[in-house]
Amino acid sequence: MKSAVLVFPGINRERDMARTLKLVSGVEPAMVWHADTQLPAGTDLVVVPGGFSYGDYLRCGAIAARAPIMDAVRAYAAKGGLVLGVCNGFQILCESGLLPGVLMRNAKLKFICRDVFLRVERSDTPFTRGYNAGQVIRVPVAHGEGNYVADGETVKALEAEGRVLFRYSAPDGSLDASWNLNGATNSIAGIVNGKGNVLGMMPHPENHVEAVIGSTDGRGLFAGLVAQFDRAA
Amino acid sequence: MKARITVTLKNGILDPQGKAIEGALKSLGVAGVASVRQGKVFDIEIEGGDKAKAEAALKSAAEKLLANTVIENFRIEVIG
Repeated sequence: MKSAVLVFPGINRERDMARTLKLVSGVEPAMVWHADTQLPAGTDLVVVPGGFSYGDYLRCGAIAARAPIMDAVRAYAAKGGLVLGVCNGFQILCESGLLPGVLMRNAKLKFICRDVFLRVERSDTPFTRGYNAGQVIRVPVAHGEGNYVADGETVKALEAEGRVLFRYSAPDGSLDASWNLNGATNSIAGIVNGKGNVLGMMPHPENHVEAVIGSTDGRGLFAGLVAQFDRAA
Repeated sequence: MKARITVTLKNGILDPQGKAIEGALKSLGVAGVASVRQGKVFDIEIEGGDKAKAEAALKSAAEKLLANTVIENFRIEVIG
């Protein structure tokens, strides 16, 4: 699987992401600068990593979403190419129009940096085929603006079309406001676009892929993507 | 030419920052504060003297970047 990791000024999770992609796929990802106008030929997966692009000025992800490389990402996504946005990457995808809605300030205003439990809603997508539907995974979050908000029609469509792939849950998979740490609508932690080829999520699966860290629950996402391309190749 | 774009949250969008400011004002004993909503103000200088052109440019700036119209409204004033 050939992946490309976008790099914006102020991003700081691109190396974690690159390390994980190399570890799981065996292929070094291309690091693509925000001012570039093209993705490397033959890219199987574009990753928009986490961090604080442009210092979160104006709105989180707003300025990065207008960077030259994002036109190439939009064109790539329109042709069905897979795009994964994590944390600030999710915010950038929302701001760029690739995903609906917006990530607002956490309901209790605090920056939250800790492990959370996510319920995987479906296993029949390229991003979640490494998991079982209903499985609960433990991965970290680190964000101040992760409170997913969209208008009523959009939320209804997301739910009706099964486009919520991850929700903040209790360890047993039940949903409860006390486990919905940032106040997100319907405990939404990750969604896909209408075609299902663009995923945005606030938590960081790339940080839980090695046993030495204490959890490998994030590995399934990357292993599933790799398996998909190995099978196709 | 000087202009100002004011960006505010749409009604119904939760504004935790506004709520926190509202709480602080109440704890300071500022009387009569019913609620606070936080927004942004952009003061912009426009080159040239064509008001219609300036308004078109400002509208484009607000729609393309300054406001996220999913959650925010904007208002443009050309001050002259």
